[in-house]
Amino acid sequence: MSELFTLIVELEDKPGQLLSVLEPIARNGGNIVGIFHQRGKKTPLNRIPVEISFTADAKKAEKILNELQKNFLIRQFGELRTAVISLLLIGHVIHTDLSDTIKRVDSSDAECVELNVTMPERDEPSTAVITITAKSKEALEMALARLREICREKGIVVVEPINDEI
Amino acid sequence: MKIAIIGFGTVGQGVAELLVAKRAEIERKIGDFRVVAIADLTGSIWGDFKLEDAIEYRRKKGRLPSDRSAKEIAEEEDYDVMIEVTTTRLDESGIEYMKTALKKGASVITSNKSIAVDFQGLMRLAENNNAKLMYEATVGGVMPIIRLLNSYLALCEIIGVRGILNGTCNYILTRMEEEKLPYSQILSEAKEMGIAEANPSADVEGIDAGIKLVILANTIGIPAKFEDIEIVGITKITPQAFTVAMQKGYTIRLIAEASKKSLRVSPRLVPLNSPLAIKGTMNAAMIKTDTAGDIFVAGRGAGKFETATAILSDLYELVRTN
Ligand SMILES: NC(=O)c1ccc[n+]([C@@H]2O[C@H](COP(=O)([O-])OP(=O)(O)OC[C@H]3O[C@@H](n4cnc5c(N)ncnc54)[C@H](OP(=O)(O)O)[C@@H]3O)[C@@H](O)[C@H]2O)c1
Repeated sequence: MSELFTLIVELEDKPGQLLSVLEPIARNGGNIVGIFHQRGKKTPLNRIPVEISFTADAKKAEKILNELQKNFLIRQFGELRTAVISLLLIGHVIHTDLSDTIKRVDSSDAECVELNVTMPERDEPSTAVITITAKSKEALEMALARLREICREKGIVVVEPINDEI
Repeated sequence: MKIAIIGFGTVGQGVAELLVAKRAEIERKIGDFRVVAIADLTGSIWGDFKLEDAIEYRRKKGRLPSDRSAKEIAEEEDYDVMIEVTTTRLDESGIEYMKTALKKGASVITSNKSIAVDFQGLMRLAENNNAKLMYEATVGGVMPIIRLLNSYLALCEIIGVRGILNGTCNYILTRMEEEKLPYSQILSEAKEMGIAEANPSADVEGIDAGIKLVILANTIGIPAKFEDIEIVGITKITPQAFTVAMQKGYTIRLIAEASKKSLRVSPRLVPLNSPLAIKGTMNAAMIKTDTAGDIFVAGRGAGKFETATAILSDLYELVRTN
């Protein structure tokens, strides 16, 4: 199962730096979910700490870290004790009030962090990829249960991944 | 051993034909046998007859010679084993013949998924009468999953099972994956090719997989009923969903899943490199255990001789363990 990792990397303040960090993550199968520049926290050497979070399975994450360490100063690396899941929604995702769907899934300990809608021909059902992260597996389970319920109500098919756990 | 065959359609005739064609081999393994009665809705035959003649008669006349009912034959004939291969029904009527046999102390071998209606009751009935109910052919056709769970993994804790239990759905999804054609077009082609039935709703709505999941769940000790299974079929899956899924390294398959936490049949994202991303009409299952890790099986989920093979395997097992 893919987990959410976060790392803080120190980058020189010049163009192209960020891309060269992101490239190995993507190439090794990581899925970037957030980038946060800590501009206010410039280091004495004028580097900017950037916090990057991505999802990957543990093996890939290790490979990514090894590769990044060769070229960058990694200040911190860790698995966020967070649960994450990406799934597909198929149906009239937009016509059924997407923002309402998301609002109702979000809670104090779970949120939709990524959403990608592929629009089809007019009036055909569309496909959305949605990523939800949560503070714990239980919170994720609850968010998922809410999403299933909402989608049942709205006639949207939820296609969940098969994870290690049954 | 005296065998009665109830139901003489595709599977019943398949069994009979294999019993004729492989008689010598089979008798070497299980001892002498005789089919003492065959019955279905349109006719029957019993007493002193040759199995090959019955097959021939049915083929030529479209029915068996006698009007004596299957019910009467099940109740009155003397047999050690009933091979029950009648149509699956989702009510008690589908298991009447089996009950009759078990009550008499005869064992039952079946491909009839109606056992999902009262799995626990049938098992108790069998046990109380010192008989056995064997049902390998009901789930996944000839894929040896029931034996694997009941026998080979008998001393493991089964954490859960995930399976592809409907060949029609898997065929449609495979073609959608490979050709990005719309659901309706693939379905109508599948009907023409005889892969989907004229009325495919039980398959594509996930009901058939749901019935099989009830049997699987009960096999691993979860006393599920059909109403407990959450079911979503494949009718709303689009080719575009495959495009999006595949960009992320997944395909989509109809997965039946049973564990203490989950009882459902639904389209799921399956990693492209997972063995469950199996193609075509094949059935497959992944069993998660405490001490044996994951075990994967696959095989043909349907077909005259495939299903008949599963029935014969049960017959062998029955004799071997007696
Ligand atoms: N075909 C497969 O590949 C396959 C695979 C796995 C499991 N199964 C299961 O195996 C069973 C048999 O399948 P099949 O393909 O052989 O079906 P089939 O060709 O339709 O044959 C069904 C047979 O059962 C008889 N029958 C139906 N209701 C009956 C009743 N109330 N009393 C007596 N006989 C009755 C039918 O008689 P009439 O012809 O006189 O109506 C026919 O002979 C079904 O439950 C099916 O779900 C089939």
